[in-house]
Amino acid sequence: MPGTPKKPVFESWGRYPRLDCRVEPLYWRDDFPRGTRLPPEVLPVGMGRSYGDVCLLEDGTLLSTLSMDRLLHFDPATGLLRCESGTTLDEILRFAVPRGWFLPVTPGTKFVTVGGAIANDIHGKNHHVAGTFGAHVPAFELVRSDGARLTCSAAENADLYAATIGGMGLTGLITWAEVQLRPITSRKIRYEGIKFRGIDEFLALSSSNGHAEYTVAWIDCVSRGKNFARGIYMVGDHSEAIEERKPSRKPRLSVPLDFPAFALSRPTMRLFNGLYYHKQLRRHVTGLVDYEPFFYPLDAVLHWNRIYGKRGFLQFQCVIPFRYGRDGIVAILEAITDAGLASFLAVLKVMGDRPSPGLMSFPQPGITLALDIAIQPGVTFPLFDRLAEMTRELGGRLYPAKDARMTGAQFRAFYPQWQQFAQYRDPAFLSAFWERVTADA
Amino acid sequence: MRNHRRDRLPAGEGGLHRIAVFGATSAMAQAWMRLLAPAGARFYLVARNPAHTDAVAQDLATRGAAAVFAETADLDDTTAHAAMLERAVAALGGLDCALIAHGSLGSQAAGEEDFAEAARSLQTNFLSAASLVTWLANYFAEKRSGVIAVISSVAGDRGRKSNYIYGSAKAGLNAFLAGVRNRVDRQGVHVLTIKPGFVATPMTAHLPQGPLFVTPQTVAQDIQRAIEKRRDTLYTPWFWRWIMGIIRAVPEWKFKRMDL
Repeated sequence: MPGTPKKPVFESWGRYPRLDCRVEPLYWRDDFPRGTRLPPEVLPVGMGRSYGDVCLLEDGTLLSTLSMDRLLHFDPATGLLRCESGTTLDEILRFAVPRGWFLPVTPGTKFVTVGGAIANDIHGKNHHVAGTFGAHVPAFELVRSDGARLTCSAAENADLYAATIGGMGLTGLITWAEVQLRPITSRKIRYEGIKFRGIDEFLALSSSNGHAEYTVAWIDCVSRGKNFARGIYMVGDHSEAIEERKPSRKPRLSVPLDFPAFALSRPTMRLFNGLYYHKQLRRHVTGLVDYEPFFYPLDAVLHWNRIYGKRGFLQFQCVIPFRYGRDGIVAILEAITDAGLASFLAVLKVMGDRPSPGLMSFPQPGITLALDIAIQPGVTFPLFDRLAEMTRELGGRLYPAKDARMTGAQFRAFYPQWQQFAQYRDPAFLSAFWERVTADA
Repeated sequence: MRNHRRDRLPAGEGGLHRIAVFGATSAMAQAWMRLLAPAGARFYLVARNPAHTDAVAQDLATRGAAAVFAETADLDDTTAHAAMLERAVAALGGLDCALIAHGSLGSQAAGEEDFAEAARSLQTNFLSAASLVTWLANYFAEKRSGVIAVISSVAGDRGRKSNYIYGSAKAGLNAFLAGVRNRVDRQGVHVLTIKPGFVATPMTAHLPQGPLFVTPQTVAQDIQRAIEKRRDTLYTPWFWRWIMGIIRAVPEWKFKRMDL
């Protein structure tokens, strides 16, 4: 088909941009750096679940860590796990849940590697109490292209430790890491779902539920008028009942093909968002749910990104500091609904003030909004460019792990510490994202 | 040759799952051992690279193996096999199962130019495995029980110009295993010939990964099922039985003119 780019060997989750990358698998911690056949530039990659181009590199080599997935040590008394960086959170849960332990922080998918979780300093529904993933990684090994193998922690190589957490894979290869797990007695989550209308109700719910471990809101980004910013506020805590904890089953559903563009039209989205809102009939529901549907509803369907068709999609995720939070989020939501660009699921959450050890970490105290939008020629990019500019004006920032569009000037405004970070970048490590946001500096 | 022996965990009381694995750092061997570790199996690992063997030992111990012993050795040296197997038996307090997983694809082109290269492939892929199987068959026959699982290859089903050196080593191994099976079956010894197709492992990383490629995890599950069901020959994944059936059925006068 003319105009259709050929399928690249490695795609990011949003399937945009499409770059020709070479992938070289690493099987052992001493595979890198190896000999002289090293190409000039490399980038470590895991599951490729970041959305844009932080996990891509054109004309370079992606070092896939997926075969470095060994568990190296576990202390059942303290819950400290040491594993290789290609171990996925799914694999950790399979190992840890039956033993009575859980991830300290988890994103909305368990199909990410520990290395990726550190490199993007991911956050989850417990950010307001637990901070980022990096806050629970006391140590890791970093291998630089000159062959140096450095154990990094708050006490040892502290500058590289800070630069690597949230360092987008640019400071070297993480070969192993320690993750401090948290104890559980049950797979179940005590769940509460509360319907709300408007940002003020969302903020009121957020302040009255600050004690809960997990909070997040789904928000309708399609409806206007009286339904503007309606949503469901979800609260969860680990059940304290003492129960058997079997490992999860593997997902059985998969999206086999790219969906056609009409599947993403405004009426479809309006219908989907309406159904999602009304799926919960009562204003307030409570109950016990398994952790799988609570944390990972989309993981039940493999390759769900194909729903957005072959053109791919962008994710927008900003955090707006509290001082402009309410009005800022309202303005951004209005821009999105006015553009008429539909989104299945948008997520709103209040972030806490627990600092990350990472130098380039995305989260900051404030309100974060995340939503997917399919790429439609001529409309999606201008909207994203406008949203990025609004974010900058509101003193917020965008999340590199989700980004494919921010300009160099915006990046440098969001992360004024970027030059300090650049000193720690390994000269042989590069990503399409880093090239994009520093080319004009 | 370098020999290290390390006790990963204090040796517990002898269990039913005392397993020796040769080529323990191979991707298929690792995936298979991971299936057994959580149940508290005890392993004796033999592989060439000490750091890699150590990583595999740590992984198995963390996942619940009751004991992991490791030894680094060059398995091409068949004169060292008997002593090594005796060390394995002594460390585990007996043996219930052995997986032979070492191998080397080698270079077909280099072997065509230089027979010493071809002989090395036959040494690694045929003679070394045959030597281990000989010792194991005698040991298990005397015990009147035991499992010998050997990773061979579909490449042994017919000689092709693209890899007949490796293929003939595996063909020899297949015939050898069939003979041993015929000899020790009545002593209660299970001999399993494993014939994987394309598996995404370091051995095949240089090949373009087509739709026929499967993960080592898939192969490992098939191996475990074949052991439990006492199968003689396992094609993994299953469709290779049909593919190789067709390839074997092509008459030689036709086959010799094909590019395979």
